[in-house]
Amino acid sequence: MATVSKPDTQTEFKLGLYRQMVRLRALEQRLTKLSRDGQLRGSLHLATGQEAVPAGACAALRKDDTFTVTYRGHGYILAKGVDLNLVVAEILGRATGLNKGKGGKMHLTDPSYGLLGANGIVGGGVGTAVGGALASWMDNSDRVSMTVFGDGTLNQGHTHEALNMAALWNLPMIFLCENNLYAEMTPLSRSTKVTDLTQKMAAYGIEAVSVDGNDPLAVYEVMRKAVEKGRKGKGPTFIEAMTYRTCGHYQNDPGTQYRTPAEIAEWEAQAPIARFEKHLGAKLAAELAQINAEEIKVVDAAVDAALAAPAPSIDDLQKDMFV
Amino acid sequence: MSTVATETRTIGYTAAISEALHQEMARDSNVFVIGEDIGHFGGMFRATEGLLEAFGEKRVIDTPISESGFIGIALGAAMAGKRPVVELMFFDFALVAMDQILNQVAKAQYMTGGMAKVPLVIRTQGGGYKGAAAQHSQMLEALFLHVPGLKVVCPATPADAKGLVAGAIRDNNPVLVVEHKQLYGMKGEVPEGEHVLPLGKAYVRREGTDLTIFTYSYTLHLALQAAEELAASGISAEVVDLQSLNPLDWSTIQASVTKTHRVLIAHESPGRCGVGADLIAQIQERMFDELDAPILRVTGGDIPVPFAQNLEEASLPSVSRIVAQAKACLE
Repeated sequence: MATVSKPDTQTEFKLGLYRQMVRLRALEQRLTKLSRDGQLRGSLHLATGQEAVPAGACAALRKDDTFTVTYRGHGYILAKGVDLNLVVAEILGRATGLNKGKGGKMHLTDPSYGLLGANGIVGGGVGTAVGGALASWMDNSDRVSMTVFGDGTLNQGHTHEALNMAALWNLPMIFLCENNLYAEMTPLSRSTKVTDLTQKMAAYGIEAVSVDGNDPLAVYEVMRKAVEKGRKGKGPTFIEAMTYRTCGHYQNDPGTQYRTPAEIAEWEAQAPIARFEKHLGAKLAAELAQINAEEIKVVDAAVDAALAAPAPSIDDLQKDMFV
Repeated sequence: MSTVATETRTIGYTAAISEALHQEMARDSNVFVIGEDIGHFGGMFRATEGLLEAFGEKRVIDTPISESGFIGIALGAAMAGKRPVVELMFFDFALVAMDQILNQVAKAQYMTGGMAKVPLVIRTQGGGYKGAAAQHSQMLEALFLHVPGLKVVCPATPADAKGLVAGAIRDNNPVLVVEHKQLYGMKGEVPEGEHVLPLGKAYVRREGTDLTIFTYSYTLHLALQAAEELAASGISAEVVDLQSLNPLDWSTIQASVTKTHRVLIAHESPGRCGVGADLIAQIQERMFDELDAPILRVTGGDIPVPFAQNLEEASLPSVSRIVAQAKACLE
């Protein structure tokens, strides 16, 4: 991991968070270009404006902690430490991809980093993550498990079944909800009566906390507490990270039909990367510029390598279903 | 895979399953069971009786009525190194967990290029003849064959139930074991020690020369009775227990078709888009020249399973329907 969970110095730790955020931005900018140029197949769900949550959350986790994410979860996957080159090659459908080009961006999976899967189904991976927590409990381990999802996922039945069992069995689970106020194109207020999502957790007896999701340090702090609690066998935590997707739901959605320009502008003004740069201050400007340049270079190298890599072999078409 | 112990004795189908679970859980500490009423209660059909006492609460997990939730949890545990055995109380209840079974469990290995390992077993029981009506009587195996990624087996005897449950647990892939509620009362000779059957094998249960009846699950027993009646009319029917619907054992299927040249397929689930329909397509694609007559079927009706006894019986395969169709194959 580029970030450190036990910072040697506060500044070093913060620069690590910053690096994750700009890596995510650099990747998304390059992927957008590839998509527009027709070099990237399929849907591209970006997390522009939400970069602070994965950076802060994953900084609190260990490599062996399990987690699942949604199709918008590439930021978590990178921040948890999964190899950027493998991820990019998978997103571009190459033989060298993390999943041999068979899954693509929505199904990125690497259990060696605890990644039990991104998911194309809203809520589909929530139970999977709870299964990781169950395995930890069975092993008498202090591993925790995290699932990341959006506000829309709280309207899926499966999610509530998983919440109930995690609470019932007191599992080391972190339910990290990125509340970006929209489930695809539908605002939260038209999806559910109770828009304070933490209130819903009372029904399960799960401790719930809301946090400024555009502040990576704030996210890290609530995650650190939730992780510590999980490691001590004190049960699950629900974290609502308030954030905003300043881009559209996917590459062909400008995100403007269902949201006002004023609302978007308001959130852009508190977009996490610029805000964190301000927090870090002018004295670190040189370091930040260098990190930006490095991350663009790293992403470009990964993309170039993936573009040069072969497509999967047709000989492998039937492989990997059964072992 | 093999049978280690030579001693057999007569026990019931559920006792045989219970024995396989006890033996596999004792052998491998990663194996655990999860499902509704399986621990403290001992299982709706008693297949998990005694497991909680023997292995404790970390390996015998009673769940709320949340099939989608606990199958997802089993998947995550499997990916984290465990070997879960899910009990799904009724096959019909799989329908509330279809995303987890078919979008998540079945696809996990392929769509991750083998990065995900999913040694997960779902045991369930289906089938009619008990007056359980439309939502507790279905044989839904065809649904789980149509979406690739699951092995599907249907044990028809106590010995096979023990061997296939053990075989499914040792298999490194997701396996659906479809038991049948009519078989739960059945007794038979079962090896006492380790008894592990390979997945993907069919068995000739009765040799014959005039036609082959391909069947599986409870319908096997109807087919065997039908073969007995046919023999009285001078017709020699071979009865093949497919047992494993995915993968199919083509060498056994092919050998029997090549021997008898006439085929009848009997199963309890509806005919439309069913196992028989697929088998007919594949047999004629692979060995059309071996066939001396059109392939016929005896299947459940293309209607929900009705409640009233006469309606239910009329909608499901019977010995007399199999006999009649077998004779039609020879015309």
